Amino acid sequence: MGAPAGSVVELLTARFPQWVIASHAYRGDQTVIIRREGLLDVCWFLRDDQAVAFNVLMDLSCVDYLTFGRQQASAPMMRSPSPLPYFMKPKPAGAEAWQRHVDEEFRFEVVYHFYSTIKNHRLRIKVPVAVGDPVVESVTRIWKAADWFEREVWDMFGIRFRGHPNLRRLLMYEEFQGHALRKDYPITKRQPLIGPVDQDPSAPKVPIIVGID
Amino acid sequence: MSAPGPVDAQQLSWMTTRLDAALGWARKFSIFQYPFVTACCGMEYMATACSHYDVDRFGAGFPRFSPRQADVLFVVGTISHKIAPVLKRIYDQMVEPKWVVAFGVCTCTGGFYDNYATVMGIDTIIPVDCYIPGCPPRPENVLDGLIKLQEKIQHGARVTLARPPELTIPHRPEEHL
Repeated sequence: MGAPAGSVVELLTARFPQWVIASHAYRGDQTVIIRREGLLDVCWFLRDDQAVAFNVLMDLSCVDYLTFGRQQASAPMMRSPSPLPYFMKPKPAGAEAWQRHVDEEFRFEVVYHFYSTIKNHRLRIKVPVAVGDPVVESVTRIWKAADWFEREVWDMFGIRFRGHPNLRRLLMYEEFQGHALRKDYPITKRQPLIGPVDQDPSAPKVPIIVGID
Repeated sequence: MSAPGPVDAQQLSWMTTRLDAALGWARKFSIFQYPFVTACCGMEYMATACSHYDVDRFGAGFPRFSPRQADVLFVVGTISHKIAPVLKRIYDQMVEPKWVVAFGVCTCTGGFYDNYATVMGIDTIIPVDCYIPGCPPRPENVLDGLIKLQEKIQHGARVTLARPPELTIPHRPEEHL
């Protein structure tokens, strides 16, 4: 979809045809979706090749597509883009307007944002991950900045990064069960470390509230 | 030595009442505060504490960064479940008499946070004497709360665990889905 000639997208597609699933570019923002088996190959190339020289990992995050296209959102409806993105199938006749058809193997998507201070250009890499085997190669050996990002993604989405030196929770506490930003984490579930105190019924109720008389 | 005579109960109670009043007066004008600042309300706390609004006018201008030397615990900002045991420990380390101010709506009720990470009001962990809601509260509100806390210290009101009904929000997440 409209990648300019000689762009990073074109370079990657020509060099790693076996790993590139899809790509698109919108107003100069280029995105390449690659298979997770080829992540390290592609990343070493992106950092070390002088033609692209992505020396900065700006961001690393994750998306959960669990309910995407399976239940009606309260947000205003989007029409299906055309052409369909790689993870969507054409919807059968008679499907609701909001229904999308998304493959199970694309439940998660790990997203990498790169920047080159040498070439002054940017690139987004996406890696689809299945829920049954949520493992991705760690890129901490390539960009040290990936260390805490990958810990955060592990903490919030439960995706493991093979080869990470210290894959512990970053934001939540060790006792926390589950991964809070997964769409199937119950929205009302609370796991306090110290519980609510029982109210003492004999205590006189004389609180002060400022602004309410 | 002669045996002690009958105690004049009226005079004794006059003595203790005056002593309590004197102690209360001394305590309310020498509040050593411990600012437990975790979030954006801290900016408003600083605005209140600095010279423009100047909490020193109320004798509360001396923050102590050790809970063992503090009288009033100012809990300023969102408290997450992760930091909650630390807050409880800080509270336990303070010596009696001690008071707690919930500064900002996050500490009063959890505020607009209703999620896996946030404590829904610090009164689920420690007793609270003064609730100052607002996101963040204006410095005038904070001073109002401080003055009311001083009245409470003066009159020796006991601490309470009850959240006032005005700040009770029913938990209805399904309405937002």
